Amino acid sequence: MSNRTRSDFGSQDLSELRRKLAGSSGPQYWRSLEELAGTEEFERYLHREFPEQAAEWHDPVGRRQFLQLMGASLALAGVSGCVVRPEDKIVPYVKAPEHVVPGKPLYYASAAVQEGYGSGILVESHLGRPTKVEGNPSHPASLGATDLFTQASILNLYDPDRSQSVTLNGHLTSWDALLNALIDLRTVQLAKKGAGVRFLTGTVTSPTVARLMDQVLGPKFFPQARWHQYEPVGHANRRAGIRLATGTDAEAVHHIDKADVVVSLDADFLSWGPSKLRDARNLAIRREPGPENKNPIRLYVVEPTPSITGATADHRWPLSSEEIQAVAATLARAVGVSDLPSAATELKAPWLATLVADLQKSKGKSLVLAGETQPPAIHALVHAINQALGNVGQTLTYHEPVAALAPEGQSGSISELADDIRAGRVEALFILGNNPVYDAPSELGFAATGAESSSLLLKVPTVVHLGLFNDETAQVSTWHIPEAHFLESWGDVRAFDGSATIIQPLIAPLYGGRTASEVLSTLIDGTPLPSRSLVEDTWRGNRSDSDFTAFWTKSLHDGVIADSAAKPKSVSLKPLADISWPKAGTGKYELLFRPDPTIWDGSHSNNGWLQELPKPMTRVVWDNPALISKKTADQEGLKDGDILKLTLNGRILKVPVWVNPGHAEDAITLTLGFGRSEDAGYRGRVGAGVGFDTYSLRTQNGFWSTRGVLVEKTGENYPLYSTQGHNTMVGRDLIRTGTHADYAHDPTIGPTPYGVVMHHEAAGDHGAANGHGHAEETGITPHGADPAKGLIGFEYPEPYRRRNDGELGNRWGMSINLNACIGCAACVVACQAENNIPVVGKDQVGRGREMHWLRIDRYYATESRDAEPSANPATHFQPIPCMHCETAPCEMVCPVEATSHSAEGLNEMTYNRCVGTRYCSNNCPYKVRRFNFFQYSDQLTESLKLQRNPDVSVRTRGVMEKCTYCVQRLTKARIEAQIKSPDGNDAVPGDAVATACQQACPTRAIVFGNMNDRSSAVAKAKEDPRNYSLLAELNTRPRTTYLAKLTNPNTAIEA
Amino acid sequence: MAQLFRPSVNTIARLVILGGLGLVFGGVGLAYLFAGSPYQTGATLIREQPVAFSHQHHVAGLGIDCRYCHSSVETSAAAGMPPTYTCMSCHSQVWNQAPMLAPVRQSLEENKPLEWNKLHQLPDYAYFHHGIHIQKGVGCVECHGRVDQMPLMWKAEPQTMSWCLDCHRHPEGRLRKPEDVFKMDSPRLPVEEGLELLKTHNIPVDRLTNCSVCHR
Repeated sequence: MSNRTRSDFGSQDLSELRRKLAGSSGPQYWRSLEELAGTEEFERYLHREFPEQAAEWHDPVGRRQFLQLMGASLALAGVSGCVVRPEDKIVPYVKAPEHVVPGKPLYYASAAVQEGYGSGILVESHLGRPTKVEGNPSHPASLGATDLFTQASILNLYDPDRSQSVTLNGHLTSWDALLNALIDLRTVQLAKKGAGVRFLTGTVTSPTVARLMDQVLGPKFFPQARWHQYEPVGHANRRAGIRLATGTDAEAVHHIDKADVVVSLDADFLSWGPSKLRDARNLAIRREPGPENKNPIRLYVVEPTPSITGATADHRWPLSSEEIQAVAATLARAVGVSDLPSAATELKAPWLATLVADLQKSKGKSLVLAGETQPPAIHALVHAINQALGNVGQTLTYHEPVAALAPEGQSGSISELADDIRAGRVEALFILGNNPVYDAPSELGFAATGAESSSLLLKVPTVVHLGLFNDETAQVSTWHIPEAHFLESWGDVRAFDGSATIIQPLIAPLYGGRTASEVLSTLIDGTPLPSRSLVEDTWRGNRSDSDFTAFWTKSLHDGVIADSAAKPKSVSLKPLADISWPKAGTGKYELLFRPDPTIWDGSHSNNGWLQELPKPMTRVVWDNPALISKKTADQEGLKDGDILKLTLNGRILKVPVWVNPGHAEDAITLTLGFGRSEDAGYRGRVGAGVGFDTYSLRTQNGFWSTRGVLVEKTGENYPLYSTQGHNTMVGRDLIRTGTHADYAHDPTIGPTPYGVVMHHEAAGDHGAANGHGHAEETGITPHGADPAKGLIGFEYPEPYRRRNDGELGNRWGMSINLNACIGCAACVVACQAENNIPVVGKDQVGRGREMHWLRIDRYYATESRDAEPSANPATHFQPIPCMHCETAPCEMVCPVEATSHSAEGLNEMTYNRCVGTRYCSNNCPYKVRRFNFFQYSDQLTESLKLQRNPDVSVRTRGVMEKCTYCVQRLTKARIEAQIKSPDGNDAVPGDAVATACQQACPTRAIVFGNMNDRSSAVAKAKEDPRNYSLLAELNTRPRTTYLAKLTNPNTAIEA
Repeated sequence: MAQLFRPSVNTIARLVILGGLGLVFGGVGLAYLFAGSPYQTGATLIREQPVAFSHQHHVAGLGIDCRYCHSSVETSAAAGMPPTYTCMSCHSQVWNQAPMLAPVRQSLEENKPLEWNKLHQLPDYAYFHHGIHIQKGVGCVECHGRVDQMPLMWKAEPQTMSWCLDCHRHPEGRLRKPEDVFKMDSPRLPVEEGLELLKTHNIPVDRLTNCSVCHR
């Protein structure tokens, strides 16, 4: 069977695209270039239920073989029916721990750490094993939400490929042997005042690690040692920019909630940065129409690589890095920043004048943001722009620095470390959590490629590496220590605003892992103190014992330490004239480096959930192709999957390309985090051999972007799989959008085809016996048609027309606000973690067999007058879970009634009844059902068993599955309501239960609850005039409905 | 040519056909009986336990309430098994030298839990919640039998799906007064009063057979 790739769908002929668009009017929505062109191959692909099914036998099967297999399987079927149940044990406690009740999970507050910054979490624990991570509503960086990495961190904890023992030069040894060596090393270096000691860490905000580093580098121990900090994807430019602008170290915090106009200069603030979840929430609140939001926010984005922030913007322009810098200079001059460096060039564009006018109109209520990918000079300029606009103190505030800094004269960058190593000045290097051999700039020589025949680290007599994985750096280190995951260790961390959280362990270290603070305390005390007492010492201060116990208990319980936020800092901006303006490179193509949306910098490369999560914009899985624009592809004669040879400074990378609509012209984006191999010392079974090592082209000068790359077409091809063509509903008015101006004129947004009119009547007004009740419940009444029969006059037979019980009990429903959805995909990973959804692998995804119960459809929209539809299309995201149709087409066709309807309105899937005919999926118009073609669930790996949610069945081969609205959570809530209620009523308060996707969502786009409770958020959402159902004309009466998206374009800008 | 088959062969042929059919249906019937037999369901079979614990002695003899040991039965899905400490709260005082209780003392000394053999085992895809059944007036004795008369524990009922459904379809004849739920010898409510209880306790009988009540 051939591997079907997107490129098989035929050439994406530009003229064909144009011709297709010429005849239509208004915005047109499309998901892929093939769909837009409507190629014959795409049509064929579309009309098969499961694109690659029943094709497992690669050899033709003879009659004899067929009969043999048939006989064998019949015999086995008989055997499987008579299995004697395994005899299990019940193992109670010897002494029952307080609060632990079997069958009732406990939740503990802690924090997840990314790039050094913390975000509050609540971790669900079943009898001592953590299974699910949720956001902590009282933490300022979380507000109850999580991102996709935090959701997936639980899988990292149980990763069977994690480093499991201390090694010395690659051989197993013991922690005690390491301790002896460390103590000897300490004695030697104490005599030298630590002159040969170097530390390499990422960003550190942990007060405990900062305190210990301070002590280690202090006069008593190693005053001549140095502390180097490096993050492959971090906040170095942002911090350097503040230092350049203010002459001091500070933390800048922006307040999207107070801004009416936001301009992002390649700042992907919705997916990158310590306050991204908070920013996303505030943005969503400010986009929502309503009496308290008279002046909705307007977001302008200029960026080279399409991001979810760009997709959320009201106006977006794809520009190169130099052009973005010119935009910054133009804005600065226009708003009155006079002392620009003379090298700064400006950009002349009509829209820029309009943008400036908009900014000036909202002085003190605007915000200009620069992305980490921009050089410090641009950040400094942006600080000056914000001050000129009067935003400082309003939408932008300065605080004391949150990240720890090395003492004066003892800090250093990674290149200084490399220089020191080359000069032989380093005798002992402590690498605490970093992986420089994989992710350091390639010219430094940490990896044994190019000019270096062996890794630079081999020049250091003693390298001590602490890491979660036995990775590339561990292979060339003297000592490797397995690191404790943040879910199994004590620690502390600060959030973007300085708020501190104590990290508490949910489980004893699975593989005897240690923390950075334990390693440091060995150097200080000569013996490792337990992490917990180190953290306690940090926070004890001058509290008495009883005060401290109370403080400690409260801080652990709340998940955020009271009054720990950083104090405001008053800063004054320095003149800009002397700052060095970034030099423009030469060469036709700009090469851009960006973190991968799901693997990030490579720290998640062994996480199957994240590998299989479609990237928000491209929907590509298990790969990191180079992204280019359609025009660049046409110029170079490239199509998806064609391998390109990139040459930069003598280093060569061969990488397939992916045409990404909305990408800047003449630019190539490489995403980081892939291309790890066993040869390079990587030991992860999931991440090894996936994608292409883009770090090999990354240098210090071209850290985020560079020019001078040579581009050559190789003529080779590589299979790339994207889920964007899978499960399509063939463009039947699925996305509805409008503008805030449209909304003010007529709140029923969007076209209403097939005679459907929005119905404003309150949900649930209609009695059970009323046959018209349903249509109104979903907010849509077919115009001029019998509501019971739907628009096409088809009536479902009686057993499939379930009536609601009326006001009693629960009537579950979901509303998804497309206005709030930013496409971040946290919901998809949350669903996967909650519902034991397996990972299927690249090849299976290529056959359309991904198992995600919740998918996010990404639509591009083009105004028909656009000359080039893929140059800069608007982007919309639409999460699609099961619709839980009241008259569900799937239920009618199941021969064994494995899918049926519950009285509360759930479309239930009973796995143990399912025989795998797949008729239901065939009949589902929304394509939300997933089939286990193979035994996808790993039921053998011990550590993965610990992750599973015990309240959800682990499915086996041959079973259909789909979104259940998290029925396990609903059942729990209902039973609790019944036990609590004096008369046993099972009605759950409207907002008392949250589905996994809803709980993770940073923007609260997903609302779920009991629609019988008229005060519930979901009941109110269904009354919103923007409410609409997908494929309402089919009369399926979905319980999941959508709110149309509203944008706030500037009418003065001609799109 | 002589006839190949004598007339009596007709009878034999009929018998063979009928016998064959009988074998097929009999086989299916036997398999069905086998599936419901105690050998398959484990009902009435006694399994060896680390300690020969007598419910009869503790419940009927001493009058200890079910909830003294199965403490989470009213609120949680799991009824809860007593930790060694619960056993030792009495047996550190009484019968503290009895050889029969040596494994319990050993468990406490070595801080190693006792491992009981599980008698009531539902398939992994069936989810049972003790708390809600207690709440709605399903007595312990309905599913576990007269535990107070069991010197050694056994499974009193087959606990197959059809057995569960019998009650989920018609719970009215199998309910007890709320105050009688934990009493082993308490009578079931008469059907009329059971029907009344369904109303006062808000038991939605039509929903009890929804698949997701037990399977998810």
